[in-house]
Amino acid sequence: MQRLKLVLIGNGMAGIRTLEELIKLTPDMYDITVFGAEPHPNYNRIMLSPVLAGEQTFDDIILNDLDWYRDNGIQLHLGRRIEKIDRIRRRVIADDGTEAEYDRLVLATGSRPFMLPVPGNHLGGVIGYRDIEDTQAMLKIARRYKHAVVIGGGLLGLEAANGLKLRGMNVTVVHIGETLLERQLDKTAGTLLQQALEQRGLNFLLPKFTSELVDDGAGRVCAVRFNDGTEIPADLVVMAAGIRPNTELAESAGLACNRGILVNDTLQTFDPRIYAIGECVSHRGIAYGLVAPLFEQAKVCANHLAMLGFGRYQGSVTSTKLKVTGIDLFSAGDFLGDQECEFITLSDPIRGVYKKLVIRKDVLVGACLYGDTSDSGWYVRLIQNGQDISEIRHHLMFGEASLAAQPAGEIRRIDTSAQRQTASNAEPLRAIA
Amino acid sequence: MTFKTASTCCYCGVGCGVLIEHDGERILDVQGDPTHPANYGRLCTKGSTLHKTGDLAARALYPQLRLGKGLARTRVDWDSAMGHAAQMFGQAIAEHGPDSVAFYISGQLLTEDYYAFNKLARALIGTNNIDSNSRLCMSSAVVGYKRSLGADSPPCSYEDIERSDCVLIVGSNMAYAHPVLFRRLEQAKAEFPDKRIIVVDPRRTDTCELSDLHLQIQPGTDVALFHGLLHLLVRGKLIDRAYIDAHTRGFSELAALAAEYTPERVSTICGIPQADLETAARLIGSAPSFLSLWCMGLNQSTSGSAKNSALINLHLATGQIGKAGSGPFSLTGQPNAMGGRETGSLSNLLPGHRDAGNAEHRDEVADYWGVDHLPCTPGLSAIELFEAARSGRIKALYIACTNPAQSLPDQTLVREALAACPFVIVQEAFGNTETCQYADLLLPAASWGEKQGSVTNSERRISHVRAAIPAPGEARADWNIVCDFARRLEKQLRPGQASLFDFSAPDELFDEFIGLTRGRDLDYSGLSHAMIDELGPQQWPFPVGATVGTRRLYANGRFPTDDRRARFLHEPYLPAIEQRDSEFPLTLNTGRLRDQWHGMSRTGTAAQLFGHVDQAQLSLHPDDLERRHLSDGQLVKVTSRRGELILPVLADDQLRPGQAFIPMHWGDRYLKGLGVNVLTQPAFDPLSKQPELKHTGIDVQPVALAWELFVLVEGDVQQRFDALRPLCEQFDFASFALTGRDRPALLIRAAHTVAPDTAWMDNLDRLIGVNEGSVLVYDDPGQSVGKRIRIEQGRITAIRLTGEAVARDWLRGLWERGEISSPLHRWFLAPLASPPGGGAAATDKTICNCMNVSASRIRAGVEHGMDLQGLKDQLGCGTQCGSCVPEIKRMLVARVLTT
Repeated sequence: MQRLKLVLIGNGMAGIRTLEELIKLTPDMYDITVFGAEPHPNYNRIMLSPVLAGEQTFDDIILNDLDWYRDNGIQLHLGRRIEKIDRIRRRVIADDGTEAEYDRLVLATGSRPFMLPVPGNHLGGVIGYRDIEDTQAMLKIARRYKHAVVIGGGLLGLEAANGLKLRGMNVTVVHIGETLLERQLDKTAGTLLQQALEQRGLNFLLPKFTSELVDDGAGRVCAVRFNDGTEIPADLVVMAAGIRPNTELAESAGLACNRGILVNDTLQTFDPRIYAIGECVSHRGIAYGLVAPLFEQAKVCANHLAMLGFGRYQGSVTSTKLKVTGIDLFSAGDFLGDQECEFITLSDPIRGVYKKLVIRKDVLVGACLYGDTSDSGWYVRLIQNGQDISEIRHHLMFGEASLAAQPAGEIRRIDTSAQRQTASNAEPLRAIA
Repeated sequence: MTFKTASTCCYCGVGCGVLIEHDGERILDVQGDPTHPANYGRLCTKGSTLHKTGDLAARALYPQLRLGKGLARTRVDWDSAMGHAAQMFGQAIAEHGPDSVAFYISGQLLTEDYYAFNKLARALIGTNNIDSNSRLCMSSAVVGYKRSLGADSPPCSYEDIERSDCVLIVGSNMAYAHPVLFRRLEQAKAEFPDKRIIVVDPRRTDTCELSDLHLQIQPGTDVALFHGLLHLLVRGKLIDRAYIDAHTRGFSELAALAAEYTPERVSTICGIPQADLETAARLIGSAPSFLSLWCMGLNQSTSGSAKNSALINLHLATGQIGKAGSGPFSLTGQPNAMGGRETGSLSNLLPGHRDAGNAEHRDEVADYWGVDHLPCTPGLSAIELFEAARSGRIKALYIACTNPAQSLPDQTLVREALAACPFVIVQEAFGNTETCQYADLLLPAASWGEKQGSVTNSERRISHVRAAIPAPGEARADWNIVCDFARRLEKQLRPGQASLFDFSAPDELFDEFIGLTRGRDLDYSGLSHAMIDELGPQQWPFPVGATVGTRRLYANGRFPTDDRRARFLHEPYLPAIEQRDSEFPLTLNTGRLRDQWHGMSRTGTAAQLFGHVDQAQLSLHPDDLERRHLSDGQLVKVTSRRGELILPVLADDQLRPGQAFIPMHWGDRYLKGLGVNVLTQPAFDPLSKQPELKHTGIDVQPVALAWELFVLVEGDVQQRFDALRPLCEQFDFASFALTGRDRPALLIRAAHTVAPDTAWMDNLDRLIGVNEGSVLVYDDPGQSVGKRIRIEQGRITAIRLTGEAVARDWLRGLWERGEISSPLHRWFLAPLASPPGGGAAATDKTICNCMNVSASRIRAGVEHGMDLQGLKDQLGCGTQCGSCVPEIKRMLVARVLTT
């Protein structure tokens, strides 16, 4: 049988996971070509923070080395950015003129950091935190300079701040919210997190609004100024105030975009030969910024590419973990809840644990855990399954082990092993990693 | 610098000598007095923990007065307090006559206190309305002795318990109620294994562990049993015809009555095998010496007088009285019940074993006191007194050293009476008793270790009670308060005359009182405080010129009756008032716990004493639980004709089916709902007027109280108790206790249909210190579940579980052991009856309180094949006071039976 041509734009985690899933299903259906803008094989982007913190090396976070591409017969073009999609001729054209023909095209162009639109955001020493290059740049500055300012108290910002602190810098996190990680944690947990990070020597300014990055006269940043007139010294400013999906290529090809490339439940765009997955995508109005949903998308996308077509992606329940060693936090689902919700809370100042579970109509819809995240997987399953928890409600907070410790027959076990993929009625997170 | 002061124990009527170790300000330790003839150094769990009782926070320290029932009491000085009291009494007497006032006093007062009260009521005021809580305790025995033997004089000595060949214990859980005498009996039985012990009790109590024969009769059938025994003694020619002929009257009438009590009939009435009845008669009739011991099982009955006399009949018929190891020997419940009887502290008595209804006696006493006459109107006995108060006839009531709002039957009536009486004085050492809340004037009294005087124990032995330390706050000795009050009242009632109450020390009262015993059966006019100090405690009679007390009465067969003969009483068996019927199908009995005493106002301040039992429970036979589909520990509603009570049920095979048991100690302070006596009945014996506290018809139904509360909070136990008890009044079930040994804690269990509001919870959390700080918190408001655990220095110091309290037992166990940084920390708030992986033994019953040995450790020892000696050697249990030995034996037997 004649092999079809599959082109993947984007050598990141979402795209390569799609290929892996596809190869598992049908190793011989496609001749595969991959274009990557970065000069690296596929690496684990979410592990950049441990690299910045000095806990891992770049080599440690490589997911698929060059042998993997070769072994699977994948033609890899590194350091080449696709500039045009010719949908009529079904070809893609890279910045160096390289062209590739496709029968199926997968867009996995990812996202980029949102650079705060303030004066000075172009100055030397102002960095968005996205890839290996950014990380290397930050490490270089950290070796020479003292003052770092991280704008954004989200997951990425805090991980960057922690890494820079460990690299010896004096770090201040500037955040516009009342508490840290307000999209992942409730106020109590956010405050606990701030206290824990302050104990590690991080400084926080919040709520605080940046009005200008100040030029040292030589085109380098030297301070951050706020709308209340105050300013603090800054040799490095890390922008971690959100991401923007990379949709320009898709738009130029005439594909519909709205804060992401619009796709259906099989991850296809308006042009059925063209798929899109990952952070560049908007599915049912949601652009996911976390890795787990991307992997779920990859599975469905691969299923469809393999011409099986029974997979459907209906959205993900997202959950969050912070990669700061020694700080365990986790949230999933609708951890803020509403008037219809009931809340179960636990706080243990001795172990530094805070947990909140959100229940709506006897179903677990959200969880926010701080200090002890050992049961997070179970909670995600319960949220996804949407099963009635009234029988195990008293045990819920204490995890599966609490249920297991019950004498048999005391409580009707509910099956939490099945991992159905359903759209939960939880409002998913939009995180920034 | 520490000192040792010899005194006596303030609990039961055994009257053990104690050595109080103190520094002149605080009592530091207590040991048994090796020279005291009641105990020769032994003490029971209660006596040996006396120094751990009396938490100052529980004491009344200052006079407090309120001028209206709805007001709170405020502190006043003594002068104002006493002035007001005298004015209120004087006014009542002036407006409504002397019988409009009444005194309700206590078997725990000293003889000198009693004497002052009696003189006040009868000589100064001119009323016989003075009764004591001995009415609930010994008045049937008083009638029994007086009717059968001529005077209220127990004829025996403790050594008779040791010397007797056959001991009959009836209606007495002596192992719990009189432990030191039981130790003496135990030891005698060990030394003379041929000694026979028969126990008659509807329950298989610890006392039965020592018995050769247990007659588990239906409650209230004692008279039938005694007549049945007599029937068999007559039939077997085991009576002493010569003694009957020489020293008694009325035997033929009795024999005619006893003829009707055939073994078949008695076996049916009493519910015991005929063979057991025959064995008992043979043992009694063939024993060289025969002693009987009894307590509330006979006395607290509408047939109390008949039961006493029917038992004494057996002694007279066999001639088993007046000789070593023989005689009828009542065990008194209070340390000075005897002294009360001697000083005339029941409404119908006068000092010196005299009767208020006897004109000659009245004249003798009036002459002695130098007053014209004594009142001839009969006084009110306890039940009558409170009925009179409820109906408005008592305008001023003076209560001292007793807690009628806990101890009297039909608490609803008692509470109404106390609320209705216009002026109530409560003279108390402990400011938080159930009765204190009804006091318009609360007078702080000195208590054990702080006051001096004398007491008479069960064997007629008078001891000198000595003070070790001064009373706390402004508390004063009872006699001193009474005399102060009397002198002020005298100014109104006997203006211008010489005072009748010119006493400045207790020995002056003693010296005056003993003049009233001169020439009477109890004559101890030869004794003084100083002589007791010199000779040691002495048994009356001790007339002038005596050098030693009297060990045994009636050795010559002559009795203090007009013809010197004892009387056989021939009264038929009458059933108790409340027989089982379809509406109230169970019979409730009450009785003692091993480690508590009376209404717990003193023992309730020692956390350690809750180790054996820490909550009120209704005991039912397991079959009765099954029949009602109840499970052990479940909350039930107990209903009697007078009231209802909610408490947990306990499967207890010491009872026979159809019977129920609640310990007598639990009043409203510890168990919401007015305590156990909300159920019991006020019907009383027509002669002794002692109420039938031990025989109440009840029904038991399950209750569904979904919301529960469990609190354990360390420290400031009395303050928190006082603050939290009223808060729990809104719940259907609430039970309070202390727990712990070195670190006392307050324990609360409560349950209700719905959860209280959040303001209530916030208040609770504040009062127990779990509202902030190092506190583990779990909240599920949708299910009304909330939990708080305070951790200090790695150790649990407070637990509050609401809505669901499954983990309480092992959490409490962790608290008890003071475990630091427990690996189970993450499970503290989980709804687990035991934590994952085990390793956290739940708290369990303390069997040996002296050595702090739990039931589980003893059980493990038994599993390892240890016998009693092995357990004593390895665990130390039972080696100190010995109170736990019967229970340990029972555990050993249970092991043998199961293997």
